[in-house]
Amino acid sequence: MISFLFYVFSALALASAVMVVTRKNPVSSALFLVLTFFSLAGIYVLMDAFFLAVVQVAVYAGAIMVLFLFVIMMLNLSPDELPPFMNRKIKWAASALAIVLTGSLLFLDLSRRLPASPGGELKGEVGAIGDLIFGKFLLPFELTAVLLLMAIVAAVIMARREIQ
Amino acid sequence: MNPAIWITLGKILVVFALTLGTVAYMTLAERKVSAIIQWRKGPNRVGIWGLLQPIADGLKFVFKEDYVPQTANKALHALAPMLTMAPALMTFAVVPFGSTLPIFGMEVKMIVADLSIGILFIFAIASLGVYGLAVGGWSSNNKYSLLGGLRSSAQMISYEISMGLSVIPIIMMSGTLMLTGIVDWQGNHLWFVITQPLSFLLFVISSFAETNRLPFDLPEAEPELVGGFHTEYSSMKFASFFLGEYANMITASALIVTLFFGGYHLPFIENLAFFENHGFLLGMLHVITFMAKTAVWLFIFIWVRWSLPRFRYDQLMGLGWKVLLPLSLVNILLYGIIILGFGLGGTS
Repeated sequence: MISFLFYVFSALALASAVMVVTRKNPVSSALFLVLTFFSLAGIYVLMDAFFLAVVQVAVYAGAIMVLFLFVIMMLNLSPDELPPFMNRKIKWAASALAIVLTGSLLFLDLSRRLPASPGGELKGEVGAIGDLIFGKFLLPFELTAVLLLMAIVAAVIMARREIQ
Repeated sequence: MNPAIWITLGKILVVFALTLGTVAYMTLAERKVSAIIQWRKGPNRVGIWGLLQPIADGLKFVFKEDYVPQTANKALHALAPMLTMAPALMTFAVVPFGSTLPIFGMEVKMIVADLSIGILFIFAIASLGVYGLAVGGWSSNNKYSLLGGLRSSAQMISYEISMGLSVIPIIMMSGTLMLTGIVDWQGNHLWFVITQPLSFLLFVISSFAETNRLPFDLPEAEPELVGGFHTEYSSMKFASFFLGEYANMITASALIVTLFFGGYHLPFIENLAFFENHGFLLGMLHVITFMAKTAVWLFIFIWVRWSLPRFRYDQLMGLGWKVLLPLSLVNILLYGIIILGFGLGGTS
């Protein structure tokens, strides 16, 4: 049952990810990206990582993508107004990169260099994740927080208009 | 098949039927209460006291012409009402509507899925509700709809933050994310509305904004936006938006009851010696208590709508970001100090 659901969510994630890059309409692309995030959350649930799954939905699908959609709708881009982004060169480069990425992942998987899933250590419980974040990984966690704060400050400065 | 699966399926069916039934009768309750507030009689032609009015309304919606504007994005236009309805109905899965009920010799928990991350699940699913409104507004290809959709996405994102933050002191005090755990903590100690009045106030204000109810119904503000995001909707698609709003209200009321008013607990009466030998009656008492409390909050939702005027849009954003957000941060700090200082909270 669980492996069946895994294949369902994986197929959904892959199919919607393909739709994200092939749709002409930016709003459709954004919505398919939401579906991708949602399928990934489903896979996390199957791996017993409930907290990660919920955060995935709340942060990515629920907050960040809403902002994306908000901006797309504000600009109200129609497919005809968009610059001809999909020219040959970009298509080839993107395909090549995708093949390299798939190949390296396959190589890592076949040569068994990917670490096994942490399983017992995390087990999806909030307390376990909290202990890890505020114990073993405190410094990287705090550094990420500073990095995000810097990004926010930068965004505010760039968005601010001088009042004449 | 495993009997547990059948029990879960049964619970899902019952919860769905009850929620949708309540949604249908909330439309009548809204009209009746508004009529009482405005010294009118309200619908009273269909059935006694107009009790069959929701069925008549439903039939009317089904048989109305489903008009889709020519310039609309057809697929997204059809998708938007579904995106509103589905999350609204999903959140109820983790709300405990009773303790346990002995049925056929089995102790059945009165909750569909008692997740270890219950409250986070609700916030995650609730944050998806905005897509229906935003996509509906955009796909209609109408400037009023688009403005409504933009307003709704900005409003819901802003108030989600203070809503989520206002619950953190509760999690700190009860030491659990499970809604059953939070309810039981209140049963053993005090209701959170007494111990955390500020969290309560912040949560209630944010949930009014999240459900798009007056005084925060700017996404559809009819005098300025001609109905907002649902201007171009008719027939059952319009009804789906409408019903989604009521389903959200039910979830919000149930959440307020669960988080702040002791959920299914009824102090003093449930501790009577009589109930020690009558497990089934105690279980029923819990379910009825929960329903009654939720009904009171549904009434308050309607009462507020027909009593308060609408905010201006900049006031709404100002309130969200400059008042509620700082207040909820101060609230967390305050309760952190209280919990540490007095050794309160933790696992009960």
